[in-house]
Amino acid sequence: MSPILELRGVTMRFGGLTAVKDVSFAAGKGEITAIIGPNGAGKTTLFNCITGFYRPTEGEVLLHGAAGITPLQRLPDHRIAQAGVARTFQNIRLFAGMTALENLLIAQHNRLMAATGFGIGAVLGLSRYPAAERQAVAQARHWLAATDLLDRADDPAGALPYGQQRRLEIARAMCTDPQLLCLDEPAAGLNPRESEALADLLRRILAAGTAILLIEHDMHVVMRISDRVVVLDHGSMIANDTPAAVRADPRVIAAYLGEADDEESAAGAAA
Amino acid sequence: MIAALREAAIAAAVAFGLFVLLVGLKTEPGSAGTLILRERFGDVALLCGLVFTGRLLMALWRARRAAVEPGAPTRLAALTGRLGPWLAPALLATALLLPWLPGIGRSELDLGILVLTYVMLGWGLNIVVGLAGLLDLGYVAFYAVGAYAYALLAENFGLSFWICLPLAGILAAFWGVLLGFPVLRLRGDYLAIVTLAFGEIIRVVLVNWTELTGGPNGISGIPRPSFFGLPFSMGGEEGSFAAVFGLEPSPSHRVIFLYYLILCLALLTNWVTLRLRRQPLGRAWEAMREDEIACRALGINLTATKLSAFALGAMFGGFAGAFFATRQAFISPESFTFIESAIILAIVVLGGLGSQLGVAIAAIVMIGGFELFREFDEWRMLIFGGVMVAIMVLRPRGLVGTRTPTIALGERRKISAALVQEGRG
Repeated sequence: MSPILELRGVTMRFGGLTAVKDVSFAAGKGEITAIIGPNGAGKTTLFNCITGFYRPTEGEVLLHGAAGITPLQRLPDHRIAQAGVARTFQNIRLFAGMTALENLLIAQHNRLMAATGFGIGAVLGLSRYPAAERQAVAQARHWLAATDLLDRADDPAGALPYGQQRRLEIARAMCTDPQLLCLDEPAAGLNPRESEALADLLRRILAAGTAILLIEHDMHVVMRISDRVVVLDHGSMIANDTPAAVRADPRVIAAYLGEADDEESAAGAAA
Repeated sequence: MIAALREAAIAAAVAFGLFVLLVGLKTEPGSAGTLILRERFGDVALLCGLVFTGRLLMALWRARRAAVEPGAPTRLAALTGRLGPWLAPALLATALLLPWLPGIGRSELDLGILVLTYVMLGWGLNIVVGLAGLLDLGYVAFYAVGAYAYALLAENFGLSFWICLPLAGILAAFWGVLLGFPVLRLRGDYLAIVTLAFGEIIRVVLVNWTELTGGPNGISGIPRPSFFGLPFSMGGEEGSFAAVFGLEPSPSHRVIFLYYLILCLALLTNWVTLRLRRQPLGRAWEAMREDEIACRALGINLTATKLSAFALGAMFGGFAGAFFATRQAFISPESFTFIESAIILAIVVLGGLGSQLGVAIAAIVMIGGFELFREFDEWRMLIFGGVMVAIMVLRPRGLVGTRTPTIALGERRKISAALVQEGRG
C-alpha cells in the first residue's frame, strides 16, 4: 500500500516539555489509520503538527499527493489545507451564526474566490462566478445528503444538536476536496447508533478516495473500521500495526487498553 | 416590588454620591474678584429622584417581562418584523426625495448631508467591525487621510474632485493595509489599542507637519465641487451651472448637488458591501468573525482576508473624507479627533454589528437626534446618553441584531443574535 502521509522522526517540544518524541509512521492511501493512546499522550499535538497549527521542532511531515511529495512542516496552516489535508476539531469549531449551507460554501472559499477574479470581478458582475457558485452549492448538497443533513441546510450551525454538528464538521472538511481527512475524536459524545452511522460515513468517504487519519477513544469504532492503529504513550510511539495485532500487544495493554483482571497495573502505568 | 425598590434606592444613592459635589456645589466669580460657592442641592434632589424613578420603572418592567415567558416574541419584535421589509425601501425613497419635500430648507438639507456622511462612515466601518469582527478604534484616521488627500491634491495640483475622489480612496486603502500589517496577529483588546494609537498618530502628524498640512490652522480655500465641470457660481455667468440649465442662480443648487453626491457615495458603499456579503470574500469575513482557527483549517488565507477588510473599510472612509473636505472647504486636525471614531463605532454597535439597515437607522438617531435636542442646551448630552442606555437595555445586540443568511436552499430565515459571534480580534 503506497503512503499518503509519511511522518519521519517528528518531535514537538514546548520549552522543556517534549510532547511528541521521534514519531515515524505512514498512513496508507485508501486506508483508515487510527491514533490511540491515553490522555496526554500527545495525540492532538501530533495532529496539530500534521495540520500546521504547530510547527514540529524536528522531523518531516510528507504528503504524497497527486502533485508529488509536499513537505508540510514548512507550510503555513492554510497552505496545508490547500495542499489537501482537511481536519476537524476535538471541540467542534463550526461557524455557529451561519447556516449549514454557508459553512460548506466557506470550505470551498479558494475555488470560489478564484472564480470571482479575486473579489473584484464579482462585484461588477463580470465573471464566471454564478456557475462556480451553482457548482459549489451542488457539492454542498452532495455532502449534506451524505451526512443526512439536507433538511437542516438553512438552519444556523449553532442551533443543530451535537451529533449533527459533528457530522456537519466532517461534511465541511470534505468540501475542501481533501486527499487526507484528519478527524480529532469524531465519535466523542455520540450514542451507539450515531457512532455506527459515523463508521458507515467514514467507510463511504474512504471508498470515494479520501484517506482518513483519526484520533479516537471509542475502541469499538477503532477496532471495527481502522486498517492500521498507531499507539502513542508519553509522546512516543509504542505500536504501529493492524487492529488485531495491537489489541494483543502487551505494551499497549499495559499503557492503554487494560484488561479486566489487570486493572491495577493499567491504572499504574497511566499514572 | 421590594427588590425593585431596593434596587432603585441603591441607584439613587450612587447618583447622590456622584452628583452631590459635581452638581450640588458650584463656584462662581463673586464681586471683587473672589470666588463664591453656590449651593444647588435642589438640582441634586431632582436628579436623584429621576434616577430613582427611572431605575424603579426599569426593574418593574424587567420583572413583568420575565414573568411573561422568556423567549416569547415580544410586541416590539412582532412590530419590527412586520415593518422590517418596508422600512429600507421607505427610508431610501425618503432619502431620494428629501430635497423636494415641503418644509425642507437649507438647514434641514445640511443636516441630511451630515447624517448621510455618518451613514457612509458607519457602513464603511461596518465592513471592518461588523463583518470581519476586527475592533477598529482609529477609523477616523482614514477619514482624515481622505480629506487631506483631496485638499492637498486639489490645492497643489489643481486636480478636479472626480479625479481626487478615487485617489483619496486609494490612498486611504493604502493606509488601511499599512495599519493592517502590524495588527494581523493581534486580537481583541490589543487590536483595539493599536488602532486607537494609529488614529492618534495620524492626527498628531497632521498637527505637527506644518509645511505640508498647515498644522493646527488646517487647510482653507479647498476647491468647491463643480457639476461635472460647471461651477456653482452666484453670478450666473456664462458656463456656470445655473446659466447652462437656464435656472435662477441660487445657493441651494450646490447644497442639493452635495446632498445627492453623498447619497450616491453612501449607496455605493452599501451596494458593494451587500454584494460582497453574498460572495466568497464577504463570507470569509464573516467566517473570520465566527472562528479564525476553523478558517485556517479550511485553507482561508487570513492575511489576505483581514487586509482586504481593512483596505475596503478604509477606502470608503477615504471617499467620505474627500467629500467632507469639498463640502467644508476647510479642514483641520480638530475634525479628526478620537471622539469621531467613537461616534462612528457607536453608530455601528447601536445599529447592530453587520446590519446595513441598523447602521443607517442608528446614524439617523445619533446624528439627527443630537441636532434635534440642540434646544435642550446643557441637558443634551444627558438625554442623549439616556437614550443610548435605553436602546442598549432594550436591544442589547443593537437595533437589528439578527443575521440574514447569504444563501439558502429554501427560505432565508433570520438567525438569532444569540448564535452570531461578535468577533474577538
